[in-house]
Amino acid sequence: MKHRFELRVGPVGFRIGSAWRGPVEALRRLYAGYPQPEGVCDFTVRLEPERPWRRALRPSVALRGDYMLPGAAPLALAHGLLAAEMGMNLQMALGQRRFLLLHAAAVEREGKAVLLTGHSGAGKSTLAALLGERGWRFMGDEFALLDPESGLLHPFPRAVSLKNESLALFGGVDPARLGPVMDGTPKGTIRHLRPPAGAVARMLEPAQPVRILFPRFDPDAARDAREVGAAEVFVRLTQASTNYVALGRRGFVALTRLVSSVPARAIDYATSEEGVRLVEEHWRG
Amino acid sequence: MAGPRYVADPPGAIASVDLEGLTALFHARSGTTHILAPPAPQILQALAAGPADADEIAARLAAGFDLAAEEDPAAAISARLAELEAAGLVWRESPSSPTSGAKATACGQPSG
Repeated sequence: MKHRFELRVGPVGFRIGSAWRGPVEALRRLYAGYPQPEGVCDFTVRLEPERPWRRALRPSVALRGDYMLPGAAPLALAHGLLAAEMGMNLQMALGQRRFLLLHAAAVEREGKAVLLTGHSGAGKSTLAALLGERGWRFMGDEFALLDPESGLLHPFPRAVSLKNESLALFGGVDPARLGPVMDGTPKGTIRHLRPPAGAVARMLEPAQPVRILFPRFDPDAARDAREVGAAEVFVRLTQASTNYVALGRRGFVALTRLVSSVPARAIDYATSEEGVRLVEEHWRG
Repeated sequence: MAGPRYVADPPGAIASVDLEGLTALFHARSGTTHILAPPAPQILQALAAGPADADEIAARLAAGFDLAAEEDPAAAISARLAELEAAGLVWRESPSSPTSGAKATACGQPSG
C-alpha cells in the first residue's frame, strides 16, 4: 500500500495501509504517543478505492484486511478515520483468538476493573470516556479482552468514538486529543478522542474484573439499579462476544468463571452525570 | 411405561456450571452451549451411569431426589428426554448396539 501506519492497541498490533495519504495522516495525529507493534502485526487493515479508477474521482473507501465481510459498504474518503476504526474492529471481531472478546467498555481503579456492556447506544462508550477523565483508568470503549487462562481483563484503549450529543461533554479536553469532526457518517456526527496519556502508557496492564454493569441511557428513564442473575448475564455476554463460539470450551470456561465470580447490575440513567454517579456507587458492591 | 432407551455423552464430553439454579452446559461434540433448567441436568447425570428409559431414569433419580409420588415422574422425564433429544444432548439407543450407543452404529463405525 502507498501509505502505511502501524500501532499497538493494548496487546494487539495493527498495520493500516491506505491508498490515500489523508486517513493515515489523521491516524498518526490521533494516535500520537501509541507504541509500535513488537514483531509481526496481528492484523492488517487496508483502505482501498472501491474501484481502481475511483481513487481520485469521488473517492470512497472500501475496507479490506485479513478478515473480510462481503458486502461491507464503502465510506466517503472524508470519513477515512471511521473506516480505519471499523477495519480495526472488524479484524478483532473476526480474527481474535487469544482472548475472549466482549463487546464492552471497561474502566479500572485500584487494580479492579468494571465492565460496561450493552447494546449500541446504551451509553457505555460515553460513560467509560467520562470516567477516564475523572480518575479512572480508561481501558477501552469497544472491546474488553478476557484472558481465558488468567481471568484478567486486558485493555484495548483505542480512540473513543464520540457520537452526536456526547461530543459536547468533552469540550474541555485538550484539542490535540480530538480528531476531525465527521458529519453525515452512517452513525451521525462522529469525533474521535484519544484516551488520556496514562491509559495509553498502561495499555499492557491487565486488571481483575470485579463488577459487570449493564448501563442504559434513556432521557425518560427513572434512575434505577438492580441485580442481574448469573444465567442472564451469561446469555447476554455470549451475545456480546464475537468469538465465544470460535473459542469453544476455552470460551465457555472463561465466561462461566467470569459470571460466577463477578456480580452484575443493570443501571438506568437519564443524564451522563447520573450514569457516572451510578457507576461510582455500584462498582464496589 | 418403558419407552425408548436413551444414551447421553459421557461426562467428560460436556462441561457444566451451575448458574444460580440453572445449568450452563457446553457440549464439546457439537460446540454448542445450552442453558438447562431442572430436571434436565439431573437426567443427563442419571444417563451417565448408562443407557436407560424414562422408568429407569426415574428410579436412578429417586435414589437422590424426593420425587413427588402423586405425579408421574416417568411421564415428566419422557417429555424432558424428548426436548434433550431435539437439542442433540441425548439420542435413542440402537437395538443392535445396546451398550455402546446409537451414534456409533448410525455413523457406520466398526463395532470391533
